[in-house]
Amino acid sequence: MSATVKAGPTAGRGLDAASAGRRKIGPRKGSPSAEDGRGPRWTPGRVAMLAVALVLVVLWVLPMAWAVATSLKPENETTRTSLEWVGSRITFEAYGKVWASGDLGRWMLNSAYISVVTTALTVATCAMAAYGFSRTEFRGRRFLYGLVLAGIMVPPQVLIAPLFAEMVSLGLVDTYWGVILPQVAVPAMVFILVKFFEGVPRELEEAAFVDGAGRWRVFWTVVVPLSRPVLAAVAIFTFIQTWNNFLWPFLVTTDPGAMTLPVGLVNVQSTYGARYAQVMASLVIAGLPLLLVFAFFQRQIVRGVAHTGLAGQ
Amino acid sequence: MTATAPTAPVPPPAATADAGEKARPVTVRRRPLEHGLVFTAPFLLLYAAFLVWPLLLGVKMSLGNDNIAGTGSDFVGLDNYAEALRDPAVWSSLWNTVWFTLLSTAPLVLVGLVMALLAHHLRVVQWLWRLSWFAPFLLPSGVVGLLWMWMIYPSDFGLADLLLKSVGLTPEVGWLTDTRYAMLSIVLTTVWWTVGFNFLLYLAALQAIPRHLYEAAELDGAGAWHRLRHVTLPMLARTTGVVVILQLLASLKIFDQVYIMTGGGPDESTRPILQYVYEAGFTGYRIGYASAVSYVFFALIVIVSLIHLRMTRRSREEAAK
Repeated sequence: MSATVKAGPTAGRGLDAASAGRRKIGPRKGSPSAEDGRGPRWTPGRVAMLAVALVLVVLWVLPMAWAVATSLKPENETTRTSLEWVGSRITFEAYGKVWASGDLGRWMLNSAYISVVTTALTVATCAMAAYGFSRTEFRGRRFLYGLVLAGIMVPPQVLIAPLFAEMVSLGLVDTYWGVILPQVAVPAMVFILVKFFEGVPRELEEAAFVDGAGRWRVFWTVVVPLSRPVLAAVAIFTFIQTWNNFLWPFLVTTDPGAMTLPVGLVNVQSTYGARYAQVMASLVIAGLPLLLVFAFFQRQIVRGVAHTGLAGQ
Repeated sequence: MTATAPTAPVPPPAATADAGEKARPVTVRRRPLEHGLVFTAPFLLLYAAFLVWPLLLGVKMSLGNDNIAGTGSDFVGLDNYAEALRDPAVWSSLWNTVWFTLLSTAPLVLVGLVMALLAHHLRVVQWLWRLSWFAPFLLPSGVVGLLWMWMIYPSDFGLADLLLKSVGLTPEVGWLTDTRYAMLSIVLTTVWWTVGFNFLLYLAALQAIPRHLYEAAELDGAGAWHRLRHVTLPMLARTTGVVVILQLLASLKIFDQVYIMTGGGPDESTRPILQYVYEAGFTGYRIGYASAVSYVFFALIVIVSLIHLRMTRRSREEAAK
């Protein structure tokens, strides 16, 4: 086995089949770099680095901390002439009001539904297409794959005007499908998966063919299981993108009932006026879901974003 | 080519796994559902319907004077393009877009690199660096835009002014309403929001540098600074090329933060080209003109992408040598 698995494309770019297949999802604690021999020695240089890093941490955490702190204050204590982090009491009043007055719950469900369906469809269609392009022969394959690769250069933002006109004529404005469908066919994801599948040893598939399995069986029982890490990476990346996408859902939904969380959030701001605790509570509610997911799946998300981000280009 | 032999070809020697790629299709019994096109069809249909078709439709629309529903159009030839090239708003919003891109790319790349170097070399509490620097990237643009808008709002509420006051300054600066600072504020917001992505890309690249290079350098008596200059940074050159291009392409597509924080103001000094497309097409109902402006913007994107393609091809050729 180890003789046949030659590392995939170029080192450092993309997951290669060999290592991804063997490594699974790494150890849960400790980072890869912390395990090698050179343990932390606190030289002056390292202390200085630590100081810089901590300053950056404070700068990066400060805005979020301020939002949370403000959201927990009573409304009449949010404006002060000097900086106060904690009000006279900690209260969830603002959260209650925001939740009761707006459609945040509805938008959260919309976002969850749209993101899950988009992610599932993207992973399924892109993986199948990548298998077709990397492992089968048919007339026009090279041309079609070239056409798909050319699409990597077309940012969806360029298409907003004609795409909207298309949605009007399809009657998909203000519908879930109107938000979902244009986000599914992502050529970069096909490219990533083709690169990965090309690194999967063919011998494994051929053994299954000899046993009489068809292509679909081979795809589902050999290729997909071997590709779990890269499929997870694509799924994570797609989910984050879809969950946070603003421009397209903003354009294609005008009915508050069909909006996603980021769009609804921006839309509803004027109703909070200068009630800052409520403004901040709404931001915390809107920002929290992905942060919670991140807290639980930090390693997978970090790897998914890093590898998909690089290999996508 | 279309051998119908019921058996798979004889497995070749193991080592040729990627050499025989094109020459050796996997031949299986031809059942209609096993055809390669069937695998690619779902993707290709969506791709055709929601990328290729709108791209062509946009060309057609840009040659007419369509309204928002794409109906009732007259052919006007290249009038929309001629108008776009004469429209000062196109040029100013294109310039705003390029200016934002120029201002934001350097800090986004450099801060990301510094963060990655710090995290990589400190080797402790990795979760803290990842959590605090990458977390903002996971926030929707709406949350980031509104949070920063209120934070730098000159008032008894805004954190920025309160912090500056607590060190004895009384700024009362219109960070988002003064043309001198508005773009800068958007850039700062964007750095805070998305630098974590570049941080992760650099961190992954750092972890991929072979350890023996450092060991060799250390045996030669190279100090930390030398190792950074002569091992780490050269090994990151390729990643830097990718990160810079990705960042350029991402920055050129700016819309969300500006739309949410300034609405393009003050005096349209922060309005990016995408917002102008939005205004022309979706609030001005001139979707034909909006399409034409889109393609002017697209031309800019394609130029940057082509430069990127050339660069990657060259670096691939160099790597092959």
